[in-house]
Amino acid sequence: MNSLSDFMLPPAKSTLAGQTDALFNFINVTSLVFLIGITFAIVYFAWKYRRRSEEDVTPVITHNNKLEITWSVIPLILVIIVFGWGFTGYMNTATAPDDSYEIRVVGKSWLWEFHYPTGYVSVGELHVPEDRPIKLVMNSTDVIHSFYIPDFRIKKDVLPNRYTSVWFEAMDPGESVVFCTEYCGNAHSNMMATTIVHTQEDFETWLETAGSADDNLSPVELGEQLTSRNACTTCHSTDGSVLQGPSFQGLFGSEAPLESGETVTVDENYIRESILSPQAKIHEGFQPVMPSFAGTLDDDQINAIIEYIKTLE
Amino acid sequence: MATTEETPTRKIQVKRFKPEEYPEKHYLNQEKGLWAWLTTVDHKKIGLMYLMSVAFFFFIAGMLALLLRTELLTPTRNFMTADVYNQVFTLHGAIMIFFFLIPSVPAALGNFVLPLQLGAKDVAFPRLNLASFYIYVIGALFTITAIFTGGIDTGWTFYTPYSSTTGGSVAMMTLGIFILGFSSILTGLNFITTIHKLRSPGITWNKLPLNLWGLYATSLIQILATPVLAITLLLLTMERVLGIGIFDPALGGDPVLYQHFFWFYSHPAVYIMIVPGFGIVSEIISTFSKKIIFGYWAIALSSLAIAFIGFLVWGHHMFTAGQSSLANMVFSFLTFLVGIPTGIKIFNWLATMYRGSIDLKTPMIYIMIFLFLFTIGGFTGVMLGALSVDVHLHDTYYVVAHFHYVMVGGMVMAFLGGLHYWWPKMFGKMYSEFWGKISAGLIFVGFNMTFLPQFIMGAQGMPRRYFNYIDQFQPFHQFSTLGAYVMGIGFFIMAGYLLHSLLRGKKAPSNPWNSRALEWQTSSPPDLHNFTYTPVIINGPYDYHKPMSEFQLGIATSHNGHGHHAEEHVDVAETEKEKA
Repeated sequence: MNSLSDFMLPPAKSTLAGQTDALFNFINVTSLVFLIGITFAIVYFAWKYRRRSEEDVTPVITHNNKLEITWSVIPLILVIIVFGWGFTGYMNTATAPDDSYEIRVVGKSWLWEFHYPTGYVSVGELHVPEDRPIKLVMNSTDVIHSFYIPDFRIKKDVLPNRYTSVWFEAMDPGESVVFCTEYCGNAHSNMMATTIVHTQEDFETWLETAGSADDNLSPVELGEQLTSRNACTTCHSTDGSVLQGPSFQGLFGSEAPLESGETVTVDENYIRESILSPQAKIHEGFQPVMPSFAGTLDDDQINAIIEYIKTLE
Repeated sequence: MATTEETPTRKIQVKRFKPEEYPEKHYLNQEKGLWAWLTTVDHKKIGLMYLMSVAFFFFIAGMLALLLRTELLTPTRNFMTADVYNQVFTLHGAIMIFFFLIPSVPAALGNFVLPLQLGAKDVAFPRLNLASFYIYVIGALFTITAIFTGGIDTGWTFYTPYSSTTGGSVAMMTLGIFILGFSSILTGLNFITTIHKLRSPGITWNKLPLNLWGLYATSLIQILATPVLAITLLLLTMERVLGIGIFDPALGGDPVLYQHFFWFYSHPAVYIMIVPGFGIVSEIISTFSKKIIFGYWAIALSSLAIAFIGFLVWGHHMFTAGQSSLANMVFSFLTFLVGIPTGIKIFNWLATMYRGSIDLKTPMIYIMIFLFLFTIGGFTGVMLGALSVDVHLHDTYYVVAHFHYVMVGGMVMAFLGGLHYWWPKMFGKMYSEFWGKISAGLIFVGFNMTFLPQFIMGAQGMPRRYFNYIDQFQPFHQFSTLGAYVMGIGFFIMAGYLLHSLLRGKKAPSNPWNSRALEWQTSSPPDLHNFTYTPVIINGPYDYHKPMSEFQLGIATSHNGHGHHAEEHVDVAETEKEKA
């Protein structure tokens, strides 16, 4: 049974993953027993009672109430067990413990933003300590997304008009993938993030230094890091290929045609405006889908990104 | 039998009408020309026109599926862009569901066979029936226009607020499906009326073929659920076109409300697709086992039970959408209850095969495939009904595999079984049994190769509707794509031998399967008015222990000049109650 779940399920890395897996295995094994029985009956009957002549006479068996009751009640009992088991497991995951460490999650097309209690914001990387319940309070700024970490067996839709929450407790340091599982358009399948589980001390250290680590970088290096950390490069390539947005390569200083028919010179002001209010001037041939980074990026960071784009000729 | 001593009876004189073999005049050649086809009110021709339409859409959407699988051979872009991919999977789903699955059994096979099984000349409202077909065509034209004027990339579910903000022809597409809904409603209305009012003398509710119980349950769902879809799509269009905030939070609406509305229709719609399939399974299993169906009432009533409970489980599509724990609990529990009548059906069909005389012709092969695949579809449905497990599996490939096992493994296999079963009656031609079995085998193997790996990668976390995916899933995707090609070959072989059958096929006798069912007691193909006499029914449709002569009784219709029937007088006591 363990090898079955090893093959079918991702590693169980949260405290509550085990209970989900146990039910998964129970249903699989029970179903397999029934399926083998039913398949055997189909094949055996088809062979044993194959037509021998067109004159074959078959018995008149119209119904059998005892059998009908048997094969209604046994499955009924089984599904009630499965229902109770599934519901209990669900209730365990429904309410986060009171001492949970709370992180705000914002889903935007197409990136995940994580706001920590210290005010630090990370994009595409969720850093958490091990052995401590983590409560994620989530909302979306545009369409519906869904936050899914297969290793932790958790998933919750992220909605634009309300907060939803989900919690987990990671057991070991390591990395786990985060998927968006509610279809949200063009780059839905790139809307991923990584959960990085630290030991408790490492997490404290990371949180203290997270904001200041960038101080030692030159603006161009910082800009390069920021464009990947903030998932800019999901939609804007750096090699000239056209994705969901214009490529950064050769962008700075060029004349950009707009959807309104006007043209604009791509300078510091246009880039700054495009980061803070992306819908203001849409480049011709692209959809107005970029989320605003106002509140996520500060002035120094925007400056660094501009310096980085300048280098991509 | 409901006969009691107090019931007043009256004797009617019936005689035996042996069906004419290889008739020269039949419904396919009694009216000629394209115009006669386009304006026909004959349910059989309308059924065939539906059949051609659904076959066309099945081909289109099937090819789209092959394109999707080919794109997914590699983790990143292969030959289409993300935008094209998103449009292709949307169209694959929307066309398969709205233009193939929903009309295929009721409108195509059902139209052909329902009046025949009742011994009626036609459905109750033949003109309305033709109107339904044209409404379907108009809906299809709107949809095709939508595809060529910008496409849609919302997924077949049109979830808001994505669908109210994305570009493309969403309004045109939803309008097409809105129109299509009326076709579905009118067909349902027509069938219910026909089953109530046009049963031949002697067809009491306990002698109604199980296929008609299936169609009856389906029609009820069509009438009750489809209007909700129409309202939902209308509201969505109002939001997109007029900017009235209903579902889009930017306009003050609620996106989860849309999901409730949508699934209130679309979950019962799953049963619109599968319940008529159940009817076909019962017919074929009994015919090819040459044995009375086991548990007639269990099968008939479980269809109605599924239709009823099916209305109360829509919330299981929204376990992770943020609805309350209480709602999740109730919907989860009700979902499991649907499993019970479904299980009852499987066991009754197995019991029908027990001690039968089983003839493994192509239709029966498809039904055995149905039993196997649909059982897997059912069990994985139990998995998804369990709350804690569903949280992990929701919106992954596990769900994709599950509903393909139900829709393709269940419904399409039943449809193919029915198509092969009634083919000789429809066209008066036989098809190649050899190629029929080869193609069924390829479809079976290809199907499992395609969708079994999807259960595993879904459980491992592969989300659905993904254009790119992480490398670890590639072997599963490649195997799945290979399976899709095998299945595709199976379908092309089928198209080949069916076409061959139409052009060069051996002529079919009136009753090639020695069935006791009423539709086989007329010539193949049937007369324009189905029967040249009024059939009188004294036995159930599965009474294989009674002689064939008792299934060919009827009253001569006075104005009909066919004189070449063997005459054999039989007295039948008919109760007034039964006739009513």
